[in-house]
Amino acid sequence: MEQVIDFKALDEVLVKNNFSKNNIISILQDIQEQHRYIPHEAFPYLAEKLGISTAKIFGVATFYENFSLEPKGKYIIKICDGTACHVRKSIPILNKLRDELGLSKEKITTDDLLFTLETVSCLGACGLAPVITINDKVYGAMTPEKAMVLLKELKEASEDVK
Amino acid sequence: MSGAFMLIDNIPVEIQGEKNILELIRKAGIDLPTFCYYSELSVYGACRLCVVENKWGGIEASCSTVPKAGMEVHTNTPRLRKYRKMILELILANHCRDCTTCDKNGTCKLQELAMRFGIKEVRFENAKKAIPLDKSSSSIVRDESKCILCGDCVRMCDEVQNVGAIDFAYRGSEMRISTAFHKCMAESNCVGCGQCAAVCPTGAITVKNDTAKIWDELSNPEVKVVAQIAPAVRVGIGEALGQTNGTNVMGKIVAALKRIGFNEVFDTSTGADLTVLEETNEFLKRLEQGKEGPLFTSCCPAWVKYAENNYPELMGNVSTCRSPMQMFGSVLKEHYSHSNKKVVVVGVMPCTAKKAEAERDEFKEEGIPYIDYVITTQELIQMIKEAGLVFDELEQEAVDMPFGVNSGAGVIFGVTGGVTEAVIRRIADDKSINTLRALAFKGVRGMQGVKEASIPFGDKMLQIAVVSGLKNADDLIQKIKNGEKQYDFVEVMACLGGCVSGAGQPFAKGDEKAKRGQGLYDTDRMSSIKRSEENPVIMSLYSGLLKGKVHQLLHVKYAGKE
Repeated sequence: MEQVIDFKALDEVLVKNNFSKNNIISILQDIQEQHRYIPHEAFPYLAEKLGISTAKIFGVATFYENFSLEPKGKYIIKICDGTACHVRKSIPILNKLRDELGLSKEKITTDDLLFTLETVSCLGACGLAPVITINDKVYGAMTPEKAMVLLKELKEASEDVK
Repeated sequence: MSGAFMLIDNIPVEIQGEKNILELIRKAGIDLPTFCYYSELSVYGACRLCVVENKWGGIEASCSTVPKAGMEVHTNTPRLRKYRKMILELILANHCRDCTTCDKNGTCKLQELAMRFGIKEVRFENAKKAIPLDKSSSSIVRDESKCILCGDCVRMCDEVQNVGAIDFAYRGSEMRISTAFHKCMAESNCVGCGQCAAVCPTGAITVKNDTAKIWDELSNPEVKVVAQIAPAVRVGIGEALGQTNGTNVMGKIVAALKRIGFNEVFDTSTGADLTVLEETNEFLKRLEQGKEGPLFTSCCPAWVKYAENNYPELMGNVSTCRSPMQMFGSVLKEHYSHSNKKVVVVGVMPCTAKKAEAERDEFKEEGIPYIDYVITTQELIQMIKEAGLVFDELEQEAVDMPFGVNSGAGVIFGVTGGVTEAVIRRIADDKSINTLRALAFKGVRGMQGVKEASIPFGDKMLQIAVVSGLKNADDLIQKIKNGEKQYDFVEVMACLGGCVSGAGQPFAKGDEKAKRGQGLYDTDRMSSIKRSEENPVIMSLYSGLLKGKVHQLLHVKYAGKE
C-alpha cells in the first residue's frame, strides 16, 4: 500500500529536533509532512531514540486531531464548517463530495489513496465563505457544482500522470 | 519545630516540610478522599476529590497546593461536600456498576467513597462505549468500563517501572488508557509486575484470578496438590485476616492450606537456599574467569522480562539460576516423579509476574510446567475466606518433610537486599555471628530503591548494588553502560522494596511495606540456621536428587539469550 518508512529521513527529522522528547509534537509534524500521515513503524523507532514509551507517543499522536495514523490521500480536501461557511451552505458541498467519492464521517480517504475529505472548524477566510482548501490551496465561494468541477480536474490530472 | 503553622479546620498544624497540604491534612487526622494521589508518584491533580476551601471561598486541590505559614483551609464545607458528591456521581455515571461480581468488590476505592458520601442515586446516563475485557495477560485483567482515568496505573508504569506499556490516548470524552495501537496487554511491552493493579482504585486493572482452577484440582481425588509459599506472603497476608501487618503468620498459612485440602505444603525459602548456593557458585566462577560486567540476579521474573525487552545484550550477565520458585518446582516435580497420582505444584506468591513465569516455555518439560499454577497472597486470602476458615483460630502447623527446613537467608529473599545478604553470608570468609550481624549494617538493608555496598573478598573489595523498582534498575544500567559505575553483583527486584511490595499482596502504603520487610528480618533472627549452605535438606538434595542434574533442574537458558 504505502512505501516502507524511510528511516534516514526520520533520522534527519530527529537531528533537526535535537533528539529531544520535548519536541515530540514538532517531530510528529515533520514526519506527517513527509508521509502525509504517521506510519506505525515510526513509533517504536521514535520511542527508542527519544527514550519515551511507544504508548506515550501514541497518546500524543491521538490527542491532536491534526495527526493521522492512517495513510491520507494525495489530495487533502478540507471543507470549512465554521459559523460563516456553515450558514453559507458548506454542508451540501460536503455531502456532495462524500457522495461522489464514496466517503463518510468515518471513512475519510478513498481506497485509491487519491482523496481525503475532512471538515475544519475555521480556515480564517470567512469573507470567502463557503471555503474549501485542497492541499492548502484556498478556493472561495464554493458550491457543490464548482466542487465537482475541481474534483474532475484533479482526477484527470492524476490520470495524465499515470 | 519549624515554627510555621497553618490552620486546618481552625486547628493549627505545624508545617514540617510537607510537599502539599494534603499530607498535612492527613497528618492532622483527616482522611481526605483521593483517587489519584500516591506519595511515590508525581502529583496529577485529576480527581479533584481532595479539594479544600480557603478563607476567601476559593476552592483548590490540596494535593497540588504547597503549604505556607498562615494559610487557612477548610476541608468539610457545604460547597465541598456538594462538589465531592457531584464528582463521585459523575464518575459513577460512566462506570460499570456490577459491584457484586467485580474482583475489586470490598476493596474498591470508588465503592468505599460512594458509601462514605452516601451516593444513593446516579442521575446521569452511562455514555461510555462498551470495550471488551483484556484477559490476554497472564498477570492482569483490564476492564476499561471500570476505568476512572485517574492515571495512577500510567504514572506507576512510567515513573516507577519505566515500562510505559500503557498511557492516556485520545482526548476529552474519548480519552482512555491504552497500549500503543490498542495492542492487547500480552503483545505490549508489559512485564507483568502488576503494580498498575496495585494502585488502581477500581476494578479497571485487577490481578488475574486463578483460584477456580485450584479448587478444581483440590477436589480431584486423582491429583496430589502441593503448595510452596514464598517468603513475602507470610508477612503480607495477616492484616487482611485480622492479624498485625508484618507479623510472620507462616504457621497459620500452612494450617489453612492443609485445611483447604493441599496434600503437602512447603516453603519457597528452601528453594531460595538452593538459589543462594547456585548463584554464589556462578558469581565466584565469574569472578575467577574475570568476566566483564556485573552478575545480575534472576529471581524476579518481571526484571528478567524487562531485561529481555530492553537490554537483550545484557542477558549474558543475568544469572542462569532459576528463580527460587522454579528451582523448588523442578525439585518437587522430580521428587514426585514416581508418584502414582498426578502431582500439581501451586506457588503461593506475592507476585503477579510469577504467573507469567510459570507459563514460560523454558519452565516446562515436555509441555508440562514445573509450576502448574501460581496464586497471589490476595487469592489465598479469598480462598481462606471462601473455605470459611477463621484465620485467628487456626492452630499453627509446620511445613512438610522432606523439604521442611530452610535458613534465615532464604527467608529474607522476600525483601530488597535479601538475596544479596544471603549471597554475602555464603561467601564471607569469617563465619562468626558477629560478622553476620555486621552485614546488616553494610548498606544492603532498608527500603530505599538504590543501595550500594562494598564487601571484602580475598584481596579485593566486591562492589555490590541492590536496586528495586525498574526505573531505578534502568538508571543503574545506564550508569554501568557509560562507565560511571562498576559493580560485581547487582540485585534487581521489579517492585520498590522487593517482594513484600509485590502486586499480589494486599495493598499497603510505604511504611507498612517496611514493616513486612522487618517481619522477615525478625524471622531470620529467630532461625537457628542462618546460612543456606548449613541447611541439611539442601545438602542432602545435592548428594541425592540433584546428583548429576544440577544444571538440568536448577538453571535456565532464556530464549533469545546468546
